[in-house]
Amino acid sequence: MLKIAVCVKQVPMVTELPWDEKTGTLRRDLAAGMMNPACKHALEAALQIKEEMGADVTVLTMGPPAAEEVLREALALGADRGVLVCDKMLAGSDTYATSAVLAAAISRQVAEVDLILCGAYTSDSETAQVGPQLAEELNLPAAAYAEHLDISGRTLKVRRLVDKFRETLEMEFPALVTISMERYKPRYAPFAGLEAAFCRGQLTVVDAADLGLSPSLLREKGSRTKVRRVFIRKAQKENVKITGAAAGAVSEFLDRYQRKIGAVIGKSIELKKRANDPAGTDE
Amino acid sequence: MMKSRKKSIWVFGDYRNYYQNRVTLQLLSKAVDLASVIDAEVCALVVGHEIEEWIMEYTAHGADRILAIDHPSLESYSTEHYLALVEKLARERNPDILLIGATDFGREFAPRLAKRLGTGLSADCVGLDMTPEGLLVQVAPSFGGNMLAEIVTEEHRPQMATVRPGTFKEIPHNAERTAVVERLPLPEDLPVPRVRVIEYERAAERDHTIENATVIVCGGRGMGNKNNFKKLDDLAALLGGDVGATRPVVYAGWAGHDALVGQAGKHIKPKILFSFGISGAIQHTAGLGEADFIVAINKNPQATMMKMADVAVTADAADLLNHLIRELKKRIRD
Ligand SMILES: Cc1cc2nc3c(=O)[nH]c(=O)nc-3n(C[C@H](O)[C@H](O)[C@H](O)COP(=O)(O)OP(=O)(O)OC[C@H]3O[C@@H](n4cnc5c(N)ncnc54)[C@H](O)[C@@H]3O)c2cc1C
Ligand SMILES: Nc1ncnc2c1ncn2[C@@H]1O[C@H](COP(=O)(O)O)[C@@H](O)[C@H]1O
Repeated sequence: MLKIAVCVKQVPMVTELPWDEKTGTLRRDLAAGMMNPACKHALEAALQIKEEMGADVTVLTMGPPAAEEVLREALALGADRGVLVCDKMLAGSDTYATSAVLAAAISRQVAEVDLILCGAYTSDSETAQVGPQLAEELNLPAAAYAEHLDISGRTLKVRRLVDKFRETLEMEFPALVTISMERYKPRYAPFAGLEAAFCRGQLTVVDAADLGLSPSLLREKGSRTKVRRVFIRKAQKENVKITGAAAGAVSEFLDRYQRKIGAVIGKSIELKKRANDPAGTDE
Repeated sequence: MMKSRKKSIWVFGDYRNYYQNRVTLQLLSKAVDLASVIDAEVCALVVGHEIEEWIMEYTAHGADRILAIDHPSLESYSTEHYLALVEKLARERNPDILLIGATDFGREFAPRLAKRLGTGLSADCVGLDMTPEGLLVQVAPSFGGNMLAEIVTEEHRPQMATVRPGTFKEIPHNAERTAVVERLPLPEDLPVPRVRVIEYERAAERDHTIENATVIVCGGRGMGNKNNFKKLDDLAALLGGDVGATRPVVYAGWAGHDALVGQAGKHIKPKILFSFGISGAIQHTAGLGEADFIVAINKNPQATMMKMADVAVTADAADLLNHLIRELKKRIRD
């Protein structure tokens, strides 16, 4: 049977953004979590393949103990097994280290994997780097931003839209693909399923020692990049206020910003004026 | 004349969609800035087939040196093929810095290259700086651009970053400029790519998704009903833009899931964003980090969305929309 590994990540809900001022990293322990949206799409792709042709689906995540929740969610949706890689020594890993750890976890925990699916990117770190770097770690053929997968025998066909080019790519298993948010709309977990998943015991928790990770992958040694500082972008908005009846408000708005809008849409929206009139009052 | 061996800043020449996306030229310009701090040379990589045009362009836009490999097998962008080539070049010549445009291609290519070279990479940067010691300070967004991080690669080289298109201004074309052009043969020992490109064609123009739209008209619950909401299409069409929506609107079926903007939906980066009847919950605004110019329309002037807008119009959303459409129809000329 086809063996699929799906990498999912728990991301903080953005209602709160607590971070550690000293290390410049996010205090993930303080933020409520959810499954990263693109990872949900990757899981959906795996589940659809499972329904079509049968597959054994393992979901993996590296994160704090609370990340178990996203594995439970995946089990409730139909995944067969969950692996949580959890170790304080791995906190603060960059994509370089994360991809190395996930590679070790897949090698040890998912024997003879055929297909590895990742989300295209996460909503918190937004790097879109872990998937491609995981492919390098495992030396696999890979494609990012897949919209559609077709499997026939050991051949995987990937359709995708990149930089305004429509591409169809073909590769042999084992392979790695990152899934875009275009297709594979995620299903919702039935409540009963969620409860059941909390009772089912298909969840394995491993740490760095279990994976035989070399010390060079732990703590800051595993990462190539260092975050020097994190800051909130200051909005430098002018905040012009317009009030009054709609007709007047529209004229005031358009008169003031006609040049700006015209430049963006590549058309003129300036009222025709007599030659000696000054043009709009754009800043 | 042989120059003494000095540091070099490489820019990967990504010329696909050149006429819409000039990120390589923007990077060359920034590279010239950065190079002046550490007295480095700016080197553009041009890999592909029939590339004379790009060699000339990059010369005219700031490159001191061009490394060019022209071969029919490089005609379509094959990540694996390009990886093997650039890895080889980088290992031979040890650039100090390697900058790549954050196009779809760049964002798949760069992480793999960084992994092969054993170095760090920051993604989709919106700022770059150079310390006098030669450390590249990379400003990368997270949480939809609501937060920025300063990232450095201290110990490994090259220092690598992908950079969001539009972040830097290109240097005007100067046909008088010259560069050292090294034309290199295609190495013979490249591995055969395991990913086969079966089809490769320019997508029909209409394929631009909301993430790439320059004008977006977003509507929220304050549009009142589906009929009103549908009129946002007219405004979007007039402005050549797309329609976005908040979650309650998607749940109500006024818009498809594709239109959802925010934490659970799309991250957008329009030049102009209209926000009609949207309160500005953080789950929604998480997707707006990169909007340049925001016009909010809300009957409540205290709404968060009104506070984060460049222009806040206190009005009934549907009413103002109707007036705006009518007025624009009168004004728009090509
Ligand atoms: C885990 C999670 C993820 C989420 N992800 C997303 C997401 O990705 N995207 C998203 O959008 N939401 C998301 N949400 C929901 C989000 O929290 C808000 O509920 C949502 O953004 C609110 O949408 P709204 O502004 O349209 O509605 P409301 O908050 O109800 O605001 C309506 C606004 O319209 C104004 N208004 C009312 N009538 C009029 C009128 N006649 N004329 C003008 N103005 C009027 C009101 O003053 C108000 O400001 C998420 C929530 C959770 C819990
Ligand atoms: N800690 C993690 N555990 C499991 N998978 C991850 C982790 N971080 C990233 N990924 C995978 O890599 C994808 C891209 O993440 P990123 O590079 O952070 O944008 C995600 O959608 C996941 O599939």
